[in-house]
Amino acid sequence: MATEIRELICINCPLGCPLTVTLEDGEVTSVSGNTCPRGDAYGRKEVTNPRRTVTTTVPVDGSATEHMVSVKTATDIPKGKIFDVVSELAGVRAKAPIAIGDVVLANVAGTGVDVIATKSA
Amino acid sequence: MYDVAIIGAGVSGCSIARELARYDCSVCVLEREEDVCCGTSKANSAIVHAGFDAQPGSLMAKLNVEGNRLMYEWAKELNFAVLPVGSLVVCVSEETRPGLQELLERGQANGVPDLRIIERDELLQMEPNISDEAVAALWAPTGGIVDPFGLTVALAENAAANGVEFRFNTKVTGVRKAGDAWELAAGDGTVTAKCVVNAAGVYADDIHALFLAASGKSDVPPIEPSVAPNELTIVPRKGEYYLLDTTAGQHVTHTIFMLPTAMGKGVLVSPTVHGNLIVGPTATDVESKEATQTTAEGLAEVASKSSLTVKNVPLREVITTFAGLRAHQAAHDFVIGELEGAPGLFDCAAIESPGLTSAPAIGVMVSGLVAERLGAQRKPEGAFDPTRPGVVNLVITSFDEWDELCQKDPAYGNIICRCCRVSEAQIVDVIHRVPQARSLDAIKRRTGATMGRCQGGFCTPKIMEILERELGMSPDEITKRGPGSEIVVGRNKDRLNISTQPVEGGDAR
Amino acid sequence: MTKQIERHAIVVVGGGPAGLAAAIAAYEAGEHDVIILERDTKLGGILNQCIHNGFGLHTFKEELTGPEYAARYEQRANELCIERRLGTMVVDISADRVVTAVSAEAGITRMQAGAVVLAMGCRERPRGGLATPGYRPAGIFSAGTAQRLVNIEGQLPGREVVILGSGDIGLIMARRMTLEGAHVACVAEIMPYSGGLKRNIVQCLDDFGIPLLLSHTVVDIEGRDRVEAVTIAEVDDHLRPIPGTEVRYPCDTLMLSVGLLPENELSREAGVEISPVTRGPVVDESLQTSIPGVFACGNVLHVHDLVDYVSEEASAAGAQAARFVTEGFEAKGSRGIPVTATDGVRYTVPSFIDPSRMDKLLTVRFRVANEYRDRYVSVYLDDERIQHRKKRVMAPGEMEQVVLKRSDLEARPNLANITIKLEEE
Repeated sequence: MATEIRELICINCPLGCPLTVTLEDGEVTSVSGNTCPRGDAYGRKEVTNPRRTVTTTVPVDGSATEHMVSVKTATDIPKGKIFDVVSELAGVRAKAPIAIGDVVLANVAGTGVDVIATKSA
Repeated sequence: MYDVAIIGAGVSGCSIARELARYDCSVCVLEREEDVCCGTSKANSAIVHAGFDAQPGSLMAKLNVEGNRLMYEWAKELNFAVLPVGSLVVCVSEETRPGLQELLERGQANGVPDLRIIERDELLQMEPNISDEAVAALWAPTGGIVDPFGLTVALAENAAANGVEFRFNTKVTGVRKAGDAWELAAGDGTVTAKCVVNAAGVYADDIHALFLAASGKSDVPPIEPSVAPNELTIVPRKGEYYLLDTTAGQHVTHTIFMLPTAMGKGVLVSPTVHGNLIVGPTATDVESKEATQTTAEGLAEVASKSSLTVKNVPLREVITTFAGLRAHQAAHDFVIGELEGAPGLFDCAAIESPGLTSAPAIGVMVSGLVAERLGAQRKPEGAFDPTRPGVVNLVITSFDEWDELCQKDPAYGNIICRCCRVSEAQIVDVIHRVPQARSLDAIKRRTGATMGRCQGGFCTPKIMEILERELGMSPDEITKRGPGSEIVVGRNKDRLNISTQPVEGGDAR
Repeated sequence: MTKQIERHAIVVVGGGPAGLAAAIAAYEAGEHDVIILERDTKLGGILNQCIHNGFGLHTFKEELTGPEYAARYEQRANELCIERRLGTMVVDISADRVVTAVSAEAGITRMQAGAVVLAMGCRERPRGGLATPGYRPAGIFSAGTAQRLVNIEGQLPGREVVILGSGDIGLIMARRMTLEGAHVACVAEIMPYSGGLKRNIVQCLDDFGIPLLLSHTVVDIEGRDRVEAVTIAEVDDHLRPIPGTEVRYPCDTLMLSVGLLPENELSREAGVEISPVTRGPVVDESLQTSIPGVFACGNVLHVHDLVDYVSEEASAAGAQAARFVTEGFEAKGSRGIPVTATDGVRYTVPSFIDPSRMDKLLTVRFRVANEYRDRYVSVYLDDERIQHRKKRVMAPGEMEQVVLKRSDLEARPNLANITIKLEEE
């Protein structure tokens, strides 16, 4: 049986717990070092299906106050898709008025996740 | 065709231009940088020297003492900042005490007024932070501090207001005889003038060489004093400095020099007109005339020497360090005069310390020589306006006066640089003066914005926006100090390409 | 002065996260005459440019971006109709709480405040403060300035970037620049540990393969007009560059994330006592400074890593300011029992505690001097140890806290000193 041990730092909250994830034949058998259940979940996910929330900006037209509007993926997306997301946003412009939570780009990079505004403009 | 072309818009060139504007002649200033005051004039100790240092009888001694007197006069009509704080040359060992007497006598021979040797007790009263080693000092009440940017800009603005033209980003690369005049290869074109003044700072020897190449034998006798050919070599002498925050600005209240000992020369410690404390300089001869970088060794030298005359200099309050190059010449005297055999070509070279102090007197002297060659007459009374409006300084403006300014122009109430208290109104003012301020450093030199403790951290983007608006520039055209020093390089994501950025797990790039 | 002096119960200087939370808390504590003075044209302060996520886990139990976090507080301030003046910069605070401000709209305004809450935030240490040798070209940015250019203006400060200092903003900007199409060659940190949060090292550097060079610093900057290259060298235990370890990185941009400094020029001029360690005011349990009725919170008091704690601290300051105005604080000879920070604890906030004024529970925040593993955080009341808590990891970049109980202090009427320190066992 192939045992693999991965050392990670939990990124769920600023505590940054040092996690030890044990895999046997690619299956997670244990997570230790976490101080809350979210650390356990993160450890499992990070070694099998790492995901990230992407935050960036897009230019906004017609706003009296802003040149740019900040945006984020509404949920996390696969880590391997980060650059696909920002590249797809490269040509996108938002139109004022825009409110926090408004969809700026739907289903970005085929992830099924929307990019939403995090600032009003 | 101009009557006069001046090469170099440093403090000497601008002073000469301003003084020539008193005469009935056309004047053009050619500057390779994007603004005035970009070379030696901008990075120095900013001291108004009393005049006890130079050898009696030298040109340096004469122009220093005269420049010192004119500086305080001109400050009133040109509205630049100068403070007669006085200077102290501190003697830190009994063995070197005779040196103080020597300096006193030299100063008196040079005509420096009110010099006096003071003993430790009096010194300690004047400067509580003076070194425990200090035994006595030479007190020179006419010594002072000046804003070198403010002085140079004021001279340039006043020259421009009286008809002098300025051409920036215009480097002079050739000189040739053109009939009775001289033709300069300047920037992309040529400029022709009857007289040419070489005020090119550390590059004055290069221009002098161009002059020599252009001059043929002439029958016209030169105007004294004449400059003999082949004798001009300028060595860039680097001086490195610490500039401390205004929180340290009261650590000393006079300019403190050290009387040289067997151990060396020491560094000066002085307040500045902006309320900071300046410590330096080193003196290292360098190869390159562009070597304005600071060095670890130089900065360490300044730090260690600061304690020779003053106790506990709070170097941790440093907000910036910088280096400047002095235009040093072996004979250590100013080289001013017309080239022998080349009527109309004038050198104003080797203007090293006390060159800043001497600038007003240099302007008077060189303008006189040039006017004589041209046979130019003084403009009639009233045709030359010697006054120049200053830029508002909110640091020394009372709240009542500030409120009045805001009523007239609300932009005085919009603070852009919080560290140095500079409002939008002042920045807009200097952008639209002549010569214009078109870069961040040009605005800094005129208003003080970005010069404070955050060093432009907060106000840089705001000043960029004002420049965009006032001059119709795009963000990527805005520079720190002229072409090649752009602040931003493009727009977000302008080169993002979906196919070139594969990311797998954590192994991107 | 031709103009009338205004009167307000509470003047809050700064409308960032600290000022907003303080004003809201003061209002909710019953003092409705609260005014926020903000120099920017909008509320929210630095959060407006902190577009990354990770804010609010503590406060809202969800992960927000900076602008979203600020919007929550702004909305609450709007609901309460808390007065605010934007584009208004305070230029003077006097010891008797007269606040002078300037704005384009109103010119100079003077206000007599019942209480003042200082919430001016902090600024970045600039390149000059490091005395790094080299030229002074364009292309050297403090990370926060670059962050503003990218996130607010949409301008790219450079394409090939070296970052000096591993403070959180530097780490965040490493990722931001990468995602905007620039290449970040490395992050150099002079200390043997990072000044930033662990999560940011993982998410902003490791995710993108950006190396973090600990015990390294910049020893030369090339380029007369614009940065052309920087040289990075390893440093020894005394933080001095080791000859022979220099590596030259061609680049057009050097970003600095080398520390934040509380902006206390106004406080200092008012006569507020400033701690040489935090560079912020020395405060008591009520977050009151050495000037009665002047309170401080957020990054002007001491630099925080987490905005959630800024909000928490500022709420306490706002509530205390309201209490000062409505009930008054009894004048006392001393500022309370001194809190001593020692043995690896660099400072504490507060520095004095008057048990009669403290709430049932009081959070004391502090930072440690070095990276420590498996140390105990201990609290001593005089010679008696009353708390002893093991921490697996502590680092200077992450703020720590202990919670004191009023009952513990009140049980000891002759208590002379409170000590917070680290112990190996």
